[in-house]
Amino acid sequence: MSLISAQDLTKVYTLGELEVEALKSVSFTVEPSSFVSFVGPSGSGKTTLLNLIGCLDRPTSGSLMVAGADISSLSRREAADFRGKNLGFIFQDFNLMPVLTVYENVEYPLLVVQNVAAAERKERILSLLDTVDMLDQKDKYPDQISGGQKQRVAIARALVTNASLVLADEPTANLDSKTAFMVIDIMHKMKDELGVTFIFSTHDRKIVREVETIYTLTDGMITGKAAGKGGRHV
Amino acid sequence: MFKLVKIAARNLLRYKRRTLLTSSLIAVGVTFVLVFVSSSSAFKNLMIGQITDSMLGHIQVHKQGYMASIDSLPLTLNLSPENMKKLEKAINSLPGIETFSPRIKFAGMFSNFMETTNIRINGVYPDKETAVAPLLPGRVKEGEKVIKKGEIFIPELLAKGMKVKLGDTIVIIATNRDGSVNGKQFRVGAVIESVTGPGGRDGYMHIDDARELLRMEQMEISEVAIRLSDFDKLHSVSAGLTSALSEETNKAGKPIFDVRTWEDLSPFYNVAQMIDIMTFFIKLMLIAIVLISVMNVMIMAIFERIREIGTMAAIGTQPGKILFLFLIEGFFLGVFGTIVGIVFTSLATYTINVVGISFNFGRQVGLILSPRLEMGQIFLISGIVILVSVLAALHPAFKASRMEPINALRHV
Repeated sequence: MSLISAQDLTKVYTLGELEVEALKSVSFTVEPSSFVSFVGPSGSGKTTLLNLIGCLDRPTSGSLMVAGADISSLSRREAADFRGKNLGFIFQDFNLMPVLTVYENVEYPLLVVQNVAAAERKERILSLLDTVDMLDQKDKYPDQISGGQKQRVAIARALVTNASLVLADEPTANLDSKTAFMVIDIMHKMKDELGVTFIFSTHDRKIVREVETIYTLTDGMITGKAAGKGGRHV
Repeated sequence: MFKLVKIAARNLLRYKRRTLLTSSLIAVGVTFVLVFVSSSSAFKNLMIGQITDSMLGHIQVHKQGYMASIDSLPLTLNLSPENMKKLEKAINSLPGIETFSPRIKFAGMFSNFMETTNIRINGVYPDKETAVAPLLPGRVKEGEKVIKKGEIFIPELLAKGMKVKLGDTIVIIATNRDGSVNGKQFRVGAVIESVTGPGGRDGYMHIDDARELLRMEQMEISEVAIRLSDFDKLHSVSAGLTSALSEETNKAGKPIFDVRTWEDLSPFYNVAQMIDIMTFFIKLMLIAIVLISVMNVMIMAIFERIREIGTMAAIGTQPGKILFLFLIEGFFLGVFGTIVGIVFTSLATYTINVVGISFNFGRQVGLILSPRLEMGQIFLISGIVILVSVLAALHPAFKASRMEPINALRHV
């Protein structure tokens, strides 16, 4: 079964009296354990698409199945619950909680969203921090670490709940290319090790090449599908 | 839950200066209110104590109808020995009454053989009277503390006006209930200080002298003053006494006795009530201060943290938990402000007590204000402040919990 299956997905925004069609009848599927990127210029609809998949917004029409659930018409609470249990998020600006340490940031989704026993919680956090090579920084606060380190913490945070799908909106936009490649590398490793699917939106061509499947979006429509060199990792 | 509490606490610590400012505002409010409440209640209790302990007593019992014409001190509305027996029985059956003092009250003429003026006199049993009004001996400016037969205690204003000194012989002339006039010589046993309130400028003599002067065939009592063992039980004891006496009716079926608390007897009760009303409004002002400052700081905090809220929501935090987080922050602001306020108040009341602020009220001078922090008031004020802090955070917190994560995340 596909992890994501979108059928005729349409999203219309109303800006004053103007109706903007951000997505026009988009259909695609994503298989489990994929490394996918949506690319396209600003306004092409890639962020809108990510928001729909991420259960942060609802489609105007069309159907959207994620991890076996129809998420096109979830209530607020149901959507929050779904996001917590199934999805991980990585943001352009890292969005770590400034009042929490590295360790606590990774711990947050487990505490607030899911009830995992303390011992297991600790083990999972430490092992993820080890994987992203942040174990020695675990007691630092976000303002004490670099951008690349922050994004690595964010990756650990996105994966700690055993999410099957991680959505990353422009995850490397605020990083220099060396760091960006490193971050992408870690994500790739996690994909291979844990079988997690990563979906990016980006217009960074360098990064795009690292993924397996590239969908090109233009004016709210998928206008191309290509394989990236990231495919060779499989 | 515990984690949310920790996050809330850290969020407050993150903006140390703002948190400090807001909670000091609350603390100052709490301090002012608590100092005002404890000072005003100290003043109130002091004055009530002065009034009840220097002459009024806590509760008075008269014959029904006596109060209506109390200004003329009618001798026709006295309690007969049979009435007194019933009253004493009722008093002795009730717990909470420490002691009582029967009085004969009458108006008469006071003559120093050259001039004559009018005087109001209480005929009392000296030991019973001082038990009910323990401040009475303290009012003696010169002379003996205890009333003896053949002696009269006269108020100092009268002594001055009539140029009468301690030990002088004077004559009291009074009309008895049948209208015949009688006079008797007395020696001035003491000159007493006047006090504010009804009866504060009355003279005193032994009850047997009063009876003889008024040519009473049997002892008839105008007024019974009662002292309670616990002043706070005033209303329950008064109600108990009223109901115990309600069965005692005259031939017409009307009750014989009339039970009044000091509140009905002294005009100071209105002042006391005014103090309570002022306290109430001061508390309202405190609520306004807390409401405005907490609401303000919470609105600011939420505005600054929109993206954080968006992140929390995106990760899957339920709206209820976001609401809870901000309510906790409001709660902490209130608690912190209250604690600091109580500390400030303790220091302030301690200072007032050490310095010893004295004041005059009416004829009484050099009364010392000694505010005391009452646990009840501390709990009440703390409860109000903390509750209002949470309420003030409610609206901003609700807005935060209803934010759409995509809009919040996009916020710069």
